[in-house]
This record gives sequence, C-alpha cells and structure tokens, in this order.
Amino acid sequence: MTLHLPWLIVFFPWAGAALLAGLAPRGRWPALVNLGVSGVSCALALALLAWPEGVQGWTRVDAVNQPLVALAGIIGLATAVFSAATVDAERFEGLRARAYHAAFQLFMGAQFLALLSDNLGVMWVAIEIATLASVLIVAVHGTPAAIEAAWKFFLLCGVGIALALFGTILLYLAAQPVVGQGDPGLSWAALRAVAQQCDPGILSLAFVFLVVGYGTKAGLVPLHAWLPDAEAEGPLPITAVLSGLLLNAALVAILRAKAIVDLNPGVLAPGPLLIGFGLASLLLAALALWRRRDARRFFAWSSIEHMGLSAIAFGLGANLAGMLHLMGHSLVKSAVFFGIGAAAQIKGSQKMADIGGLATSHPALGWALALGIAGLAGLPPFSLFVSEFRLVAAAAAVQPWLVLPIGIGLLVAGVALVRALQALCLGPPTPDAPVPGAFTLPGGLWWASGPAWALMALAALLGFALPAWFTALLGDAVRLLG
Amino acid sequence: MQIPPTQPSPPHGGGEGFRGRPAMTFSDTGYDIAHLLGGGILLLSFVLLYQRRLEGVITAFAIQGGLLAAAAAWQGWVQDEPGLYVTAFLAFGAKALLIPLALRLLLRRLGLHRTVEPALGIGPSLLAAAALVGLSVMVVLPVTAGQAQALTRENLALALSVVLLGMLMMIGRRNAISQVIGLLSLENGLILAATGVRGMPLVVELSTAALVLMLALVAGIVVFLLRDQLSTLDTHVLDRQRGEGP
Repeated sequence: MTLHLPWLIVFFPWAGAALLAGLAPRGRWPALVNLGVSGVSCALALALLAWPEGVQGWTRVDAVNQPLVALAGIIGLATAVFSAATVDAERFEGLRARAYHAAFQLFMGAQFLALLSDNLGVMWVAIEIATLASVLIVAVHGTPAAIEAAWKFFLLCGVGIALALFGTILLYLAAQPVVGQGDPGLSWAALRAVAQQCDPGILSLAFVFLVVGYGTKAGLVPLHAWLPDAEAEGPLPITAVLSGLLLNAALVAILRAKAIVDLNPGVLAPGPLLIGFGLASLLLAALALWRRRDARRFFAWSSIEHMGLSAIAFGLGANLAGMLHLMGHSLVKSAVFFGIGAAAQIKGSQKMADIGGLATSHPALGWALALGIAGLAGLPPFSLFVSEFRLVAAAAAVQPWLVLPIGIGLLVAGVALVRALQALCLGPPTPDAPVPGAFTLPGGLWWASGPAWALMALAALLGFALPAWFTALLGDAVRLLG
Repeated sequence: MQIPPTQPSPPHGGGEGFRGRPAMTFSDTGYDIAHLLGGGILLLSFVLLYQRRLEGVITAFAIQGGLLAAAAAWQGWVQDEPGLYVTAFLAFGAKALLIPLALRLLLRRLGLHRTVEPALGIGPSLLAAAALVGLSVMVVLPVTAGQAQALTRENLALALSVVLLGMLMMIGRRNAISQVIGLLSLENGLILAATGVRGMPLVVELSTAALVLMLALVAGIVVFLLRDQLSTLDTHVLDRQRGEGP
C-alpha cells in the first residue's frame, strides 16, 4: 500500500493518543510527547499544501480543506506549546492527566478527518468523535461547574449531531435514484455531480436538518448555549482548539452541504437561512458581550459573533470573505485565549474585574493580548479587518439593507471589545496571585506569549501579505464552494 | 399515520418482485410488517412520555430497542441486505439489554425509586407529541411525494416523529436519566430512518450503532460524576453554575 498523506495526517495523532493513554504520567513526559506528536502533525498538515488535489476512497484533498488542515496543524502545535507550560497548574492526578492528553490528540485526529473526508457519513463520524473527545476534556476537572458545562455540551451537541445524521440520510435518499446504492451515495463529489437531477423537495429538507444539526456545533444562535460554558470551564488549552477548530469543521460541513444544494435550482435558497442564523448570532453576541464578567465566557461569546459573521458571508455568496474570516478568527482567537489563559493563571482568577493592567506588569503578554483583542474588534492589521470589509462590501452590493444590521452588530461588539481591552490590558495592574505550577518551565511566560505572537503574525500575513500561490488556492476554494 | 397510499405500491422497484417471488402478496406483507414495527416504535415513544416512574421509562425504552432491532432485521430481509442484521443485532444487544440493565443497576445503586418530575406536565406533553407527529407527517409526505417509494416515505415520517418525540422528552424532563433516555430514543428514530432507506451505505449504520454505545458510555461517566459531586440527578440544580456571579 502506498503512503497516503490524508490518512497519515488522521492516524498519526490517533497513534499518539494511544501512546499518551498508555504512558505513565510521570514528570513532564506526557506534555513533551504531546508536543512532539503535535509538531509532527503540524509538519504533515503543512505538507498537504503541496499534495495534489483529488479524491481517494473516503478522503479528498481540495482547495477548501488544504488551508484549513494546515491551519488546524498550526493551531494544534501552538496549543500543545501552551499546554506544556500550563498543564502542571491544572493539577490533574494520574488518570485525568492521561485522559486529558489522549483526548486532545484524539480530538486533533478527528478534526483532521472531518476536514479531509469526502464521504459525508465519514465526516459525520469524525465530527462525532471530536465531540466525544471534547466532552471528555471539558469534564476532566470534575468540578460541578465543569460537569454542568460538559452535560450541556453533551446533550445539546448530541441532539445537533443526531439531526445532522438525519439530514445526511435524507441527502442520500434524494440522491439514491440517481447514484444508486452503496458508498458513492454519500460521496461529496458524486453528490455534486448528480445534484441537478435530485428531488429538490428532499434536498431542501436535508439541508434544513444539516444546517440545524451542524449549526449546533458551529455555535450559531439559537443553538449556542453550550459554547460559553464549555469554553469557560474546561482546561485552559482546550478553549483555543474548541473555538479555533471545532467550530470551523462544523461550518465547513454546512458549506459542503450548501455546495451540493446550490447546484439544484429547485431547492430553497440556502443563503437566506445562513444569513438569518448569522445575523441572530451577530446581534445577540454583540449585546451579550456587554454583560460578561467572566473573561473566558466573554471571548467565547466573541466566537459566536465571528461564526455568525462567517455564516453571513457564506450566505451572501462572499466565499472569499468567509474563508478569510474563518481562518483569521481561528488564528487571532487562539492567540487571545493563550493570552487570557496565561493572565488567568497569573492573577489566579478568570473574572474580568480581577485582571487588569497586563500591559504594564507583563508587557510581552499584555501587548499580545491587547493587539489580539483589537484584531477581534475588526481593527487592522489583521485579516479580520480585510474579511469584515469585504463582507460589508458584498452585503452592500447584494442586499444593501443588510449593511445596517451588520454594521450595528460590528459596532456594538467592537466597542464592547475595546472596552474589555482597556480593562484587561491598560490601567493600573491588579495584584498577582499565581496558580502554583503555572509557567515553571524555563522561558516562563514566553510559552504563552510566544505562540500568541506567532499566530498573530500569521493573521497579519493572511490579511495583508498573502503569497500569490496561497491567494490562488483560496480562489480555487471559492470556486469550489460555488 | 398509517394511512395507506391511495394506490398500494410495492415496497421497492416497479413490481420487480420480492426476492424473486411474485410481487403481490409478499410485498404487501413486507410493507405491512415494516409499518407495524415502525408504528410500534412510535407508540413506545408515547409510552416513554407518559411514564411517571423511572423503572417504567427504562422498561419502555428496552421494549422500543427490541422493536427497533426487529424492524432493522425485517428491513434486512425485505431488502436482502445482510448488513442490516448486524445493525439489528447491535441494536438489540445495546438498547434492549445492555443500556436498560446498566441504568437499572444505577438506579438501584443510587436507591432511587421516586417518580419523574416533569418540567412539562404529562397531559401537555402528550398533546405536544400528537402535534409533532402531525407535523412530521405533514412535512415528510408531501416533500417526498415525487420519487421515493411508499414504504420509505412512511417509514421516514415515523422515524422523524420518533426523533421529535425524543427531543420533546429531553426538553420535558429534568431528570438526568430521563434526558439520556430521550436522547437514546431519538437515536432509535435515526436508526429506523437509516435502515428504511434502501441501500444506505453500511458505514452509517455501523457508526450509528457504535455511537450509541459511546454516547451511553459518556453519559454513564457523566451521570456517575454527577452523583459524586452533587448527590442528585436533578439537572435543575446545575443551573446555578453560570460563572457570572459578581
């Protein structure tokens, strides 16, 4: 059997998960092994950028998933770096430490599989595995708050995943008379080839179920209730991958479904549905941002806002803005979560009121966080500025009245973010109360600020200095998503 | 629900016959029995909703699991698809035996024999359930009128009803075990749908079956943790932990 890169990308982290589950949690070894596995995964994921496009069995490599897989590899590595420095402070005993590291790698493998699969059934299984792994990680502390978060996460996403499966079955039902029986019935490539001959009624029904089902995972309002709790109560590093990666995989699943139904003129227009969910997310999150006292919940709500913006972009057909926004949000949000995670460990609390003046007391970290929050508010020099600009321009061209709600949402959310920036980073420093065990590795806080600066540099590059080949790749992705 | 189509059509293909035999009688039997089993599963969803005792809920769920296994096996026979027997076997093992047994042990361990405290009363939830069944029939039948076969269409309407009733049960009950059973019964509806669609790639059935075990596993862990931390199964208590206190 020849070496097939997509499967290698999926199974390498899973092999790492098995190793980490078996490894006795002694000293720093698990964290370092985790770091090593993530490093190799990241290299493999970057190598995918040079891999020829095509479908092979259940997997496909195309312009849509190449950049997102590379992004997942990079964020996975950055998270593993942050995790190595903070895992001691989480104070896991034996079994919990093993479960934490193994579930992290299990999650990463499933994440890659969800992006790389061509068969929609396999994609569904992958998102399911990622959900189970992340429920485990969120619950790993076992405190009442963590249990509540995991419970909510598990129930809501269980329902969401179930509805998505129903949608997948309907999709096959629509295609069955044309493609026949067996595996091709769920292949994205095969479904796209026959979408025009499929029954439009069943396709519409399937799309509604898929949007509601995967929309739960993507954190779109009104199906978002699990997200703030899961991100605030799980271990610190998981927040970055939950927000940066899991939401993307779910939204990509919706996009794949949209690319199929778009081809059939008889189907209900998918755009307005996505725009509706997106606007609800944007506006509710923009208001909710003003009421948060917990820093991690604050940034979880900001993720809901940004997923809403991406959904609006894809709904309008501004696919380039949508792709850029997804990637930019993942990079900047992960960086911000590293900053806020480190701050929570320095100050011994994740309440907004207890964190202040970081730029004075810890300049490298504080300025990274400040720049990141500014990026989330849509200020230059990050790609979120570019994508939001393109989004508003697209809205003005297609549906001018949409500019008003989008603009209000962006403004309200942006002001809330700038207010948080001032409270967290500027002003007089609050007293430190470090959590024991945090950042005891040589290099100290650089284990958090280093990855944060690196990710933000990438986000700036994505916005303003894209290499030509990457622009061409994104252009292909836009055409593929129709 | 069980409205026969105006023109009884064979369950699959244009009268090609069932396993090589004449189409007439056997096809009709296949159609009727599939309907009977699907209808039975839906009926048990109603039973789940009006049970007041947790033991009763678990028993009803076990029977539903058994019926689901029978429905899957019957579809395997009608469609001549041996893979469906595996689905039936897994559904029987997991849903009729393993999960009910585990939940019973959990109840006994916790010494819980009290009644369910519904967030939504029994009467209103049954009314809502009837409305949901009407809704799913009204959604599925017209939409699939174009091309799908009668058996598939009505099976799908039944399955969607079971899915919606499972959701209703999750919303209408505060008890953690009832909520888990609501989710599991929702999965029953999914498997009913997946097995009813002819030639559905096996990957979906297998993954669904595997999923159920995993879901139950995770749910079990979570429920056990709940007991350790909170000594209650009432998820209402959990609403305090919002992290937004001053």
